[in-house]
Amino acid sequence: MDQRPFLRIFTMPAVLCALGFVAAMAAVLQYSLRAYIPGSLDAGGFTLVNFLDLLKPLYARVFLDTVLICALTAIITLLVGYPLAYALVQIERPMIKSAMLVIIVTPLFLGEVVRTYSWIIVLGNNGFINSLLRGLGLIEQPVQFMFTTSGVVVALVHVTLPVMVIMLAAGLSHIDRDYQRAAESLGAGPIRTFLTVTLPLSMPGVMAGVTTAFAWTFSAFATPQMIGGGRVNMVSNLVYQLGLSSFNFPFAASLCVAGLALTIAVLSILGLASRPFKKMGSH
Amino acid sequence: MTPRSTYQRLLGYAGWLVVILILGFLILPAAVVTIAAFNDKAILSFPPQAWSWRWFERALAYPDFRTGFQNGLIVTAWSSSIALIIGAMFAFVVDRYQFAFKRVIEGVLVSPLVIPHFTVGLGFLILAAQIGWSRGFSVVVACHVVLVLPFVLRSVYVSLRNLDPSYELAAASLGATPLRVLLTITVPLLLPGLVSGWLFAAILSFNEFTASLFVTSQRTQTLPVAMYNYVREFADPSMAALSVMYIVATAILIAFANRFLGLGKVLNIEQSH
Repeated sequence: MDQRPFLRIFTMPAVLCALGFVAAMAAVLQYSLRAYIPGSLDAGGFTLVNFLDLLKPLYARVFLDTVLICALTAIITLLVGYPLAYALVQIERPMIKSAMLVIIVTPLFLGEVVRTYSWIIVLGNNGFINSLLRGLGLIEQPVQFMFTTSGVVVALVHVTLPVMVIMLAAGLSHIDRDYQRAAESLGAGPIRTFLTVTLPLSMPGVMAGVTTAFAWTFSAFATPQMIGGGRVNMVSNLVYQLGLSSFNFPFAASLCVAGLALTIAVLSILGLASRPFKKMGSH
Repeated sequence: MTPRSTYQRLLGYAGWLVVILILGFLILPAAVVTIAAFNDKAILSFPPQAWSWRWFERALAYPDFRTGFQNGLIVTAWSSSIALIIGAMFAFVVDRYQFAFKRVIEGVLVSPLVIPHFTVGLGFLILAAQIGWSRGFSVVVACHVVLVLPFVLRSVYVSLRNLDPSYELAAASLGATPLRVLLTITVPLLLPGLVSGWLFAAILSFNEFTASLFVTSQRTQTLPVAMYNYVREFADPSMAALSVMYIVATAILIAFANRFLGLGKVLNIEQSH
């Protein structure tokens, strides 16, 4: 009798799905190496010209800005997300815990458009913050948040925060509480216990969170598009402009490939950096 | 417990204050957009001078939002159901059996988690153009299936891990065929995981924007795409009203999912003791 009765039938659809996805990614890779024929969706012969064009200051600048925005967002999200994740894991009352979880997780499922639109209303020149500051008599002229890097980063932090909190909470929740109890019973105060026991043990979660936050921010499109308004450009915005406005698929594809290579490089560096922490916290 | 000193209590209060401020930051945009949605004037102002429901009426009557909503339902129903079937079957065999290329297939299927959605969207757009795939609903559905599948897999893995194999062994030892064990024991026991996996997939698919922008056409545009186009052209609070409906519906679904399966378990953040 066959010991694996469902194996072939059950893997077939997944294999087809994986093949379809690989075909789509292969299409990107192939187009990135083909020449652009203006006015046509078809691509020309094989060439490296797209990748050479990426080195032009205009495009290199966008890559640099993207990496800076991603790094800034990841660091701020970590600093803001850590206390929240810590509280989420510590809280024992199921009601409060559930309420916090729903508040944290809901934005994750709202989609970028709704969340970014909300931030436009918060940050706009007639928006909430400027009206508040004007009402308090603190400012005469509105503070410009829209179309600035700081405005984009604030909204991106909000977009990335839920996933960071989830990653950090996963790391924190798997720390054996006996370690903290041991430190406390030996006379360490709460701050010392946190700094010498909890924080080092949560480093795997921190590295996972930062890595994911970086990848998510890199993938963000609606936020830089709507809040940056063309003045703050990330790789995603460039891909959109080239792909759907100019129909220059080959160059858009080469941007995607370079972006993917960049993400993989950054993620590998972060992975190497977190290797010393991998052994800690496991028991 | 040792009695807490004043210092420790103050530290606790300070910690809570920080947590409440951060939760406030998370809620702020939703709160502000709600106020804006009930503002009677077409131009944004805080605090609003007069209140009205008219932007909700306008949002519900706006044709692009209506077709976007219908298209979204079509895409979501197909993609989350297909992803659930593919994902549940695959998660089951991955959990139970060893087979060739298991890790490779699994790796490919979860890779959309780290590949930017604009890259996935462009990929399907180019693929469709290359093989003469008409840009109807099927391209959008295929793209969404790939994007939500990692979440379905995750959800089903969690329930499989919590499944007690002795029920299946008992049924098999009593002479039930493998298919019968699967249908009468395994699937019913996995039901909460399957339902929550489907629910997460559906919410994600309905809200997916970046990849959808690439693969949808005028005829197949989903609600987030219609919303994006609206914000580019108009500035009135109809979009705020729609956002409020969105936020409320999503929060209710999430609270429901939390009741049904426990988000803590799915997200792997339950405290280990």
